[in-house]
Amino acid sequence: MEPREAVIDVRGITKAFSGKVVVNGLDMRVERGEIFGFLGPNGSGKTTFIRMLCGLLSPDAGEGTCLGLDVRRDAARIKEQVGYMSQRFSLYEDLTVRENLDFIARMYGLPGRTEAVEAMIERMGLTPFAGQLAGRLSGGWKQRLALSACMLHEPRLLLLDEPTAGVDPGARRDFWDQVHALAAQGVTSLISTHYMDEAERCHRLAYIAYGDLLAQGSAEELIRDSGLSTFRVTGPDLHDLTLALRRTPGVDQVAAFGPALHVSGRDRAALETALAPWRGGAHTVTAVDTSLEEVFIGLMRRGRA
Amino acid sequence: MAWGLFSFRRFLAVVNKEFIQMRRDRMTFAMMVGIPLLQLILFGYAINSDPRHLPTAVLSADNSAFSRAIVAAMQTSRYYTITRHAASRDEVRELLDRGKVQFVLTIPQNFGADILRGEKPVLLLEADATDPTAVGGPVGALREIVNRAVNTELDRAFPYVVRGADPVDVRVHADYNPEAVTQYNIVPGLLGVILTMTLTMITALAITRESERGTMENLLATPVRPLEVMLGKIVPYILVGYIQMTLIIVAAKLLFQVPMQGSVVLVFVLSLIFIAANLSVGVTLSTLARNQLQAVQMSVFFFLPSMLLSGFMFPFRGMPDWAQAVGAILPLTHYLRLVRGVLLKGNGLVLALDNLWPIALFWLVVIVIGVKRYRKTLD
Ligand SMILES: Nc1ncnc2c1ncn2[C@@H]1O[C@H](COP(=O)(O)OP(=O)(O)OP(=O)(O)O)[C@@H](O)[C@H]1O
Ligand SMILES: [Mg+2]
Repeated sequence: MEPREAVIDVRGITKAFSGKVVVNGLDMRVERGEIFGFLGPNGSGKTTFIRMLCGLLSPDAGEGTCLGLDVRRDAARIKEQVGYMSQRFSLYEDLTVRENLDFIARMYGLPGRTEAVEAMIERMGLTPFAGQLAGRLSGGWKQRLALSACMLHEPRLLLLDEPTAGVDPGARRDFWDQVHALAAQGVTSLISTHYMDEAERCHRLAYIAYGDLLAQGSAEELIRDSGLSTFRVTGPDLHDLTLALRRTPGVDQVAAFGPALHVSGRDRAALETALAPWRGGAHTVTAVDTSLEEVFIGLMRRGRA
Repeated sequence: MAWGLFSFRRFLAVVNKEFIQMRRDRMTFAMMVGIPLLQLILFGYAINSDPRHLPTAVLSADNSAFSRAIVAAMQTSRYYTITRHAASRDEVRELLDRGKVQFVLTIPQNFGADILRGEKPVLLLEADATDPTAVGGPVGALREIVNRAVNTELDRAFPYVVRGADPVDVRVHADYNPEAVTQYNIVPGLLGVILTMTLTMITALAITRESERGTMENLLATPVRPLEVMLGKIVPYILVGYIQMTLIIVAAKLLFQVPMQGSVVLVFVLSLIFIAANLSVGVTLSTLARNQLQAVQMSVFFFLPSMLLSGFMFPFRGMPDWAQAVGAILPLTHYLRLVRGVLLKGNGLVLALDNLWPIALFWLVVIVIGVKRYRKTLD
């Protein structure tokens, strides 16, 4: 496969707030038309990194390009071509939905502004709320308004910071369908999220914890590289079993999944040994595929250690 | 429409947004209209209070019937209460310096005889004008009181003496604050003070509100430039400044019958620079303040020296040198002189320019600082 044009290509991006390093030498390469998932625990530096990409924060160190423009010097020109949706709602609560979109459209100098705004209102199902103050919208609708605002000027790169937090499943599916449709047209997206099902919808993923990039690649690559094997255990007294397994050597992590436990370890043989006592009794032990969730739980545990 | 660094289109978009937000923010709007009216009415009482029975000393070198008639007429006017008879110039000086009396009336030698000879002798009233509102009424009435007393006396005792319209040359000498004797000085003062206070605060709030509500994040992510935001936030409030000016001038005329000699139109035109200067201070303060509370505190920090050192509260020439130096930087100082000159003395554009350029210079410096300091990032 020929290497495609890089939309984000940065190296060593570092940011500290009052001496505390929040993003630590991050490298990232995202190609045109890619949907790139950005994951990591709370406070790990996702928002900070995204803000540096669109010129809202200036990096302390590091270099690179965004849409072919230098992230340090060309912030102004990057802004024109990027759609940024902040984690916190940051449109005007005392403006109506339509007024907000109109303001944004004017900021980007959109030709055919009124039509573009009306079309976006229609497309995002905001018609019933168009004349309503943005501050009076419910949380999910605010998210949709913010999303509309950042897509209005048809940017080549979308930087979306938890765009679906608090959004209902139907609207989330619509959102992902849209992102994929845009990707097919060559629009690149960098999306931070805490939802595993969303991570699985991304072409590639990065996992960051406490400022350090711990893993980067497609879902399959991350699962393979993690080296984890996972077993599903069902049966009685799962809580006690969890505590017992956590103390057993060979078991790296135990997590409850509904009526079952997922027990994972990097050393398959040791894990088999550890689980051997529970086979054949009241419990059933079956080998399952390791999922992204186990990978991330594993990364998070090691990141903290 | 975009030329280089400044886009007129984006600037207009910011102006439009500010207008919508201003319209919806009833509280701020009420403050913008309410504060000038409230202050004017409060100060208006000071204008109206028309103090009486002000302590007055007499230094008389003449013992004619005319002298006695004048002193008696001043007493009965109820503006003056003769509390002392001074014996010398030194005593007069001391009485005024110590604030023991508000006025000293000096009657020269041969005063009565000069009147009879038609020589228009000089009658001198020295006023402690540190409080211009206090001396305005009595001083305004003095000429009338003196001439009536002298004429009555002439009619009674010397009906055959030929006399002019004013038998006496009444001169008033305002000590401490020579320019403040003008009655109703308070209106130009109030115009300047109210504009300074509300306009710096309003703009400082308008920008810190963006950071506090988090909308700055979105604004900074768009291609909008600092100067577009800053000017976009200033322009709507220029209109507010003019609404306030109109309110004050109309209310001063209707409620308190303040006379206006000069061109109100000229004052309106020239005030543009002063309004813009104050709004720019607000914008610049907001680049230093982290939240709305700090913005308010900082604008008070600017407002207080403006009020105290501009000559509004204390006579400018009576202040120590350092205070005069600080005062000379502040736009209010020059604005007060400008408005006094135009409104009360009837000065024209050319004379007003003397006081206009320091305001313009101040404005320029402040806006440059503001643009330089304006945070283009969230750091
Ligand atoms: N402006 C700031 N000043 C000081 N510290 C900051 C600032 N912004 C972020 N931080 C700190 O930087 C760290 C990373 O924050 P960031 O918002 O980037 O995390 P995040 O990965 O987006 O978290 P979340 O998943 O909760 O959104 C946190 O410890 C936070 O307290
Ligand atoms: Mg975040």
